[in-house]
Amino acid sequence: MTCRHTQRSRRMRTALAVAAVFTSLAACSENNEGTDSGGEQKLTVFAASSLTSAFGVLEQAFEKERLNVDVVVSFDSSTTLAEQISQGAPVDVIATADQASMQVVADADQLAAEPVPFASNTLVVVTPPDNPADIQDLSDLDTADFVLCDPSAPCGAASAQVLEASSVTARAKSLEPNVTAVLSKVTLGEADAGLVYVTDAQAAGDEVATVNIPSGSNVVNPYYIAAVKNSPEPELAEKWLALVSSQAGQRVLQAAGFGRP
Amino acid sequence: MIGLTTSDGPHLEVPHGRAPLILIMPALAALAFLVTPVAAVFLRAPWSSLVDQLSSPELLDALRLSLVTTTISTALCIVFGVPLAWVLARTEFRGRGLVRALVTLPLVLPPVVGGVALLLALGRNGLVGGPLNDLFGVTLPFTTAAVIFAQSFVALPFLVISVEGAFRASDVRYDDAAATLGASRWLTFRRVTLPIALPGIVSGAVLCWARALGEFGATITFAGSFPGVTRTMPAQVYFALQTSLDAAIALSLVMIVVSVAVLALLRERWMSGVSA
Repeated sequence: MTCRHTQRSRRMRTALAVAAVFTSLAACSENNEGTDSGGEQKLTVFAASSLTSAFGVLEQAFEKERLNVDVVVSFDSSTTLAEQISQGAPVDVIATADQASMQVVADADQLAAEPVPFASNTLVVVTPPDNPADIQDLSDLDTADFVLCDPSAPCGAASAQVLEASSVTARAKSLEPNVTAVLSKVTLGEADAGLVYVTDAQAAGDEVATVNIPSGSNVVNPYYIAAVKNSPEPELAEKWLALVSSQAGQRVLQAAGFGRP
Repeated sequence: MIGLTTSDGPHLEVPHGRAPLILIMPALAALAFLVTPVAAVFLRAPWSSLVDQLSSPELLDALRLSLVTTTISTALCIVFGVPLAWVLARTEFRGRGLVRALVTLPLVLPPVVGGVALLLALGRNGLVGGPLNDLFGVTLPFTTAAVIFAQSFVALPFLVISVEGAFRASDVRYDDAAATLGASRWLTFRRVTLPIALPGIVSGAVLCWARALGEFGATITFAGSFPGVTRTMPAQVYFALQTSLDAAIALSLVMIVVSVAVLALLRERWMSGVSA
C-alpha cells in the first residue's frame, strides 16, 4: 500500500525522488509476490505508468466493494508490460498507453478478447514554473534547450510526430528513457522545456508550467484495455473492465487529465 | 583481474601440497556464478542476424563515444586519484578515516542518485554549476564533458581504494631508505614509491576503466542521452532493449568483446612491462 502511495504522491517529482521512484518500484514488485493470503482472490492488472494515479483510485473503489479481493496493479512502460505478458506472466488485465504494445500481446496470442479503447492522452509542453525561455508556443522551442522522450518509447514517438507536424526543426538536448526523466530535467531547471503527456503534467502539479499544443498538430494517443487469455481470475477481470468503462471510472480518468476514448 | 606479481629473483619451488577442496569448491562456485550470465548472453545471441543488428551507425557512435569518454575519465582518475591515494596511505592527519569514508561514498550511492547529486552540484542551477553558468555561460549537462564527469564520479573511488591498498602493501622502508639518502619526498614518490606500486596502480586503473565503461545511471541522469553526444554503449543497450531484445543482446555482446579485448591488451602491454 505504501509503495503505491509513494508512486501517486505529487511531490514525487522533486529531485531526490527520482531515485526513490526506482527503489519504490523495485520494492513494490517484490511485495507483489508472496503477500497473497489464502482464501483471498487476487486480481493482477498490468497498466501503463501514466495510469498510476487513476488506477490507484479505481483500485480502492474496486476493493471497497469486494472485501475479499486484493487488486495488485503493476505499473511500467507499456512495451515492458506487453513483453512480460507475451512471455507468459500470469496477469488478468492489461492496459496500454498505445496501440502498438497491445498489438504485441495480441500477436503473442495472449488476449482473451478484442482490446477496447478506454481513454486518450495528448501531449503538452512543460516548462519550469517561471518559464525562463519564455515559451509561448511550439515554435519557441527552436531557441530553447528542450528534452524529449526517446522515439523507442510511445511518448517519444508521439513527440516526434508533433514536432514534425509543427515544423519544429531544432534538435532536442537529450532523448530521455521515459516521461519521468523528461519531467525531472524540467523541474530541476536543466531544460527550458519538455514534451510530456497532459496527465503527467497534471500529476506534477505546480512544479511545472504548461503550454498547450493546438489540437491540429497534437497527437491523440488511444489507451487500450483487455482481459488476458490465461487469466487466473477471468470474472474479476471482466468486472475491472466494466469499472474502467463505467461512468464513475471515466470520471476518475478525466479527473487525472485523460481525454475520452 | 590483474594481481600483484612478485616474481623478482629466482623463485624457490617449495611443494605446498594439494589445493584444499574447502577452497577449491567455493572458488569454482564463484567462477560459475560470474561466468554463467555472460555465457547465457552468448548462447542467446542472434548470430544469424548479428551483422544486421550491428550495422547501425548509432552503434558506432555509441561505441566511439564510450571508448573516448572512458579513456579520458580513466586518465583524469589517475591524475587526481593516485595523489589522493598517496595522501591516504602515506600521510598522517586528523580525520583521515573520515576522508576515506567520503571517498567511498559514491560506491554505495545508487548511480541514479549520484546523477541527481551531480545535477544539484553542477547543473545549470546547481551549487557550483549555477555560478559557472552566470559568470562564464558554461553549462555541463547534455554535453560529452558531463558524461566524463559522471563516469569519473562513480569510477574514481575504485581507483583510489585499490591504489591506496597498493601503496600500503609496498614496504615503507624503501621510502625511508630513499629519504636517508637525501631524496626529497617528491623524488622518493617518483623514483621509489610509484614504481613499486605500479602493478597496483595499473590494476586500479583497469577497474576504474571497466566501471566507467559500464556506467549508466549517473550518466543518463546527469548528461542525458543524445546519439553521438551523450549516449554511451550502456544507454544504447538500454534503448535497444525497449524495442528489440535481439538488438540489445547484440550490443551487449559488442561491449563484452571490446572490454575483454582492451583488458587483455592492457595486461599484455603493461603487466609484462612492469614485471620485466
